[in-house]
Amino acid sequence: MIARGSWKWVAIAAIGLAVVLVLPRAGVPTFYVSLFTQTWIYAIVAMSLDLLVGFTGLVSFAQSAFFGAGAYGVAIAATRFAHTDFLTGILIGLLAGAFVAAIFGLVALRAEGVGFIIITIALNQIMWGLAYQWVSMSGGDNGITGFIRPKVGPFDVSSNAGFYYVCLAFLIVMLALLVAITRSPFGLVLRGVRETPRRMRALGYNVWLYRYLAMLIAGAIAGVAGVLFAWYNQFVGPGDLDLTLSTQLLIIVILGGIGSLYGQILGAGIVVFLSNGLSALTQRWELILGAIYFIIVMYAPDGLMGVGHRIVRRMQGKSAPSPLIENQLT
Amino acid sequence: MGPAFYVQNLLGGLAYGSLLFLIASGFTLIFGLMRIINLAQTAFYLIGAYVGLTLITHHFNFWASGLIGGITTALLGFALYSLFLHRYHADHLTSLLLTLGFTLMLDDSVLAIWGGDPHSISPPPELSSSLQFGRLVFPSYWLALIVVSLAIAAVLFVFMQRTKLGMIIRAAVDDEEMTRGLGVDVNRSFYIVFTAGALLAGLGGLLGGPITAAYPGLDGELTPLAFAVVIVGGMGSLSGALAGSMLIGLVNAFGKALFPEFSYFTIFVPVALIMALRPQGLFGRVQ
Repeated sequence: MIARGSWKWVAIAAIGLAVVLVLPRAGVPTFYVSLFTQTWIYAIVAMSLDLLVGFTGLVSFAQSAFFGAGAYGVAIAATRFAHTDFLTGILIGLLAGAFVAAIFGLVALRAEGVGFIIITIALNQIMWGLAYQWVSMSGGDNGITGFIRPKVGPFDVSSNAGFYYVCLAFLIVMLALLVAITRSPFGLVLRGVRETPRRMRALGYNVWLYRYLAMLIAGAIAGVAGVLFAWYNQFVGPGDLDLTLSTQLLIIVILGGIGSLYGQILGAGIVVFLSNGLSALTQRWELILGAIYFIIVMYAPDGLMGVGHRIVRRMQGKSAPSPLIENQLT
Repeated sequence: MGPAFYVQNLLGGLAYGSLLFLIASGFTLIFGLMRIINLAQTAFYLIGAYVGLTLITHHFNFWASGLIGGITTALLGFALYSLFLHRYHADHLTSLLLTLGFTLMLDDSVLAIWGGDPHSISPPPELSSSLQFGRLVFPSYWLALIVVSLAIAAVLFVFMQRTKLGMIIRAAVDDEEMTRGLGVDVNRSFYIVFTAGALLAGLGGLLGGPITAAYPGLDGELTPLAFAVVIVGGMGSLSGALAGSMLIGLVNAFGKALFPEFSYFTIFVPVALIMALRPQGLFGRVQ
């Protein structure tokens, strides 16, 4: 059931999968293996954000709050309540992410468009404040340590290579899940809500409910990614749910291409390797990162694929203006 | 918790609200006029505080230092707007991400220039005493800050209501296209409002400094408060910014005193209530 042109993509995906499967076994230094692991985790949460931005038209700056809720949830459960089981951890992530999304959705979905953006920024910062100030529960600025990566059934995945495969497996499952969701009738309604909320309302769809459900799904997936991230670092801190991370996630989505899902893996890889590479090279890496934000939103608002496409068109002598981000949301 | 407790937090809250107003007034006008969410407002506040502090250590007068801090951020704001932002009015996300990138650069510059240690800022010597009424003790600087802020608010209101430029700004907030259609040069007011907003935030940096001190990350902490102000007050409304600032300042002060571990979280309460009951904000208009 695969159309002729898509064989090329199947081949690319198969080669890509083969490469990432052998990567930790092929003598790649541990440092890079762990950067790839972080890439898989960031890609999961960026895809969950893409469900909101690219498919539902909700530009959320609160995605790191859902991510952080999962991370803190599993860390608190492990250190205070001795729940260190793998499946329990994943379940905590799902529920914590969805729970925070359920509360945020109630408040933020009262507004639309730019109002939604402003409220999600405020809510994200309030979650950060909670993590920063509620020292007796969250450890404040010092965060929480003292928990380890659990066994997956009989398998010990505490090594960097082992955990790499866990995160890769989650990435593949979440990607498949999100592709299935966006292609389902439910996903088509979401696209309708993104493009013409008014018409969908007139057709009798409960636009608010669809947006709310999209937020719950995105929150749950981001929460699971947060759990993986907590295990990855074996540490959680306020940096796991701050506005900077939410912004980085949005930059990943823009780089990967809004509404592309697959592209977020590439976007996440670039952001993870770039920020780690810069911080290894120079102390002033935030300054450079800020400048890179400028370059991305001004010159690559349609993502890397879009930039490539425009370069090809310009070489053919055709005009190819860069689109506004706003125009890609509707 | 006698009456002194309440009066003290009331005054502290109003003083905090006064410094929030200096950030939020620019924020709300910039948004109302240009639809730009200027996240750099709180970074301007921080820069203003540091520049002012440096001048004070070189024996400059407190108020002059604050003014020079404000002029510094006004120049930064003018540069940011005229070089980049003016192209992206219609595009909320692009302009927001540009101001975020700019904030990141400003934050890192602050860290590079002034280091990571917090700096406390002393009020001017003539206002460094405490006032005492029975069991109630509070810094006299609180009152001074409230008075200065209200005076600035009064100047802004008169400017908006009585001057031609103020009228143009109000008209453009309501209906930019129609204002342009009447042959008014709206673009000029964009530059002026953005620069003035940055000026007020930078000025607020040193004025609020004795209360907030100056340290890297302060801007990130103030951002949700400034946002809460405009959500509560209504975006684009100057009176909303004033009322919202005072309300959030009070909630913040009493929150810190009553629930020290959740003071940030208490801000959520008015925001959630407003969103539930009046999504356009206290003084906002339905678009």
